[in-house]
Amino acid sequence: MKSGSNLEKILRAGHFAFTGELGPPRGTNVAVVREKAKHLVGMVDAVNITDNQTAMVRMSSWAASLIAIEEGLEPNYQMVCRDRNRLAMQADILGASALGIRNMLCLSGDHQQFGDHPQAKGVFDIDSTQLIGMVKKMRDESKFLGGADIDEPPKIFIGGAANPFAEPHEWRVHRLAKKVRAGVDFVQTQCIYNMERMRQWVKESVDMGLTEKVYILAGVTPMKSVGMARYMQLKVPGMDVPNAIIKRLQGVDKKKVADEGIKIACEQIEEFKEMKGVAGVHLMPIEWEHKVPEIAERAKVLPRPVV
Amino acid sequence: MIVAERKPFEEVRAMVKDFKKVLTVGCGTCVAVCLAGGEKEVGVLNSELKIARRMEGSPIQTGGVTVERQCDMEFLEELDGIVDEYDAIISMACGAGIQFIAERFPDIPVFPGVDTSFIGVNREVGWYEEKCRACGTCVLGMTAGICPVTMCAKGLFNGPCGGTNKGSCEINSDQPCAWHRIHERLAKQNRLQNILDICPPNDWRNQTPRTIVQPGYKDRLAAFGIK
Repeated sequence: MKSGSNLEKILRAGHFAFTGELGPPRGTNVAVVREKAKHLVGMVDAVNITDNQTAMVRMSSWAASLIAIEEGLEPNYQMVCRDRNRLAMQADILGASALGIRNMLCLSGDHQQFGDHPQAKGVFDIDSTQLIGMVKKMRDESKFLGGADIDEPPKIFIGGAANPFAEPHEWRVHRLAKKVRAGVDFVQTQCIYNMERMRQWVKESVDMGLTEKVYILAGVTPMKSVGMARYMQLKVPGMDVPNAIIKRLQGVDKKKVADEGIKIACEQIEEFKEMKGVAGVHLMPIEWEHKVPEIAERAKVLPRPVV
Repeated sequence: MIVAERKPFEEVRAMVKDFKKVLTVGCGTCVAVCLAGGEKEVGVLNSELKIARRMEGSPIQTGGVTVERQCDMEFLEELDGIVDEYDAIISMACGAGIQFIAERFPDIPVFPGVDTSFIGVNREVGWYEEKCRACGTCVLGMTAGICPVTMCAKGLFNGPCGGTNKGSCEINSDQPCAWHRIHERLAKQNRLQNILDICPPNDWRNQTPRTIVQPGYKDRLAAFGIK
């Protein structure tokens, strides 16, 4: 065991993992975090706590992660390269591990231009691949990036992101390979709607032997409305929403669109359970935490295994 | 070259509002080429200042000189006899030139007439593009001559992020994704291996003021007590 996290145990035991997401509040409203957390307890193996998501200031990811622990959830502490240099990152990694955080997701981060402080100086001292390598060095070699010894290394299960859809397509599997070489233990993918492309990317990953070294968690976000599907298709970079998804949502009664969205998500999850090379699903129901129990139930991923 | 933009006139006007005799110094090199601080722009700024100050009833006397390069003391010498007649200087050079003028004439207030923007290229007359951030650790050999520090909005070193958008950057569909282009060019040159290997964290060498002494000049400068 590299970290002893629940997520690591579940994956190592060969169970199909199921992770969720929780966005910290835009303030000190702890009650909101606790309320969101309640819907997720017992439903997921770990929950991603986002880090200034979409470049908007929010309660820090490590702080919200600690609240999640208090509520009985295992956090997957997200850290973006946009807001911290290598000193601050390493300090936060030590602090997070010392206080019981055992999973981390290493990300580049959305560009600050998208957020509520577009004038901010983006840090990007290191990139996400280098961050993965840095955490691995800290954990496995007990060394800081600068080379000095660490007094008690952090215990972290190292995660990264993967996007099977962005172009050039042939590069995507190599990008994953680089993260694997850097030391990533698991990746969570961008929201998947183009299943054909996803199957292709997973197959390439299997063929390259990557899935022997990394657990791939397929990203699933149920569509809540036709408007959301259209927005994701046109406005969200790196997202691939086939027209067939939009047509299918348009084909049902207006009141049933959200339900159809969940149905599509559940069908995807069923397929991922059988897909060679996929070790689990990462469910990202955007501001829909209260729907997670229903989705988990309908996707037949309950009860969550205890290892 | 170094590319600059003229400062908004109101900003310049506010900086020199308390001065009656102002010398505007242009620079005949980079900022002249990018139409921000050459001889012509010196003339334009001085005319604007005179008109504005006359209209507010507080006339200003201006002088204009454009030197070959403000980043070279040799060319600043020619200002020595002139500046004493003025109570302030507006330098229309890049930040380097402005500071060199301020250093040569430490008793006279010096104000910037331009905002220095970037190291870039002349794409077309009046159209300039940033190309280099002077990070001090050039990786262009690895990246097929496309700078990831400058051209990638996140300055990534290990391939496109998830926000690459059909060849464009996530920040703007008019901005090409640097890594998409790097991949494309390396693939054509059959050199993709360059970016399959992990690029380690960068050694940022632009975090403290830098000085370079060319090896052949070390002894000569040492004679003047310069290390």
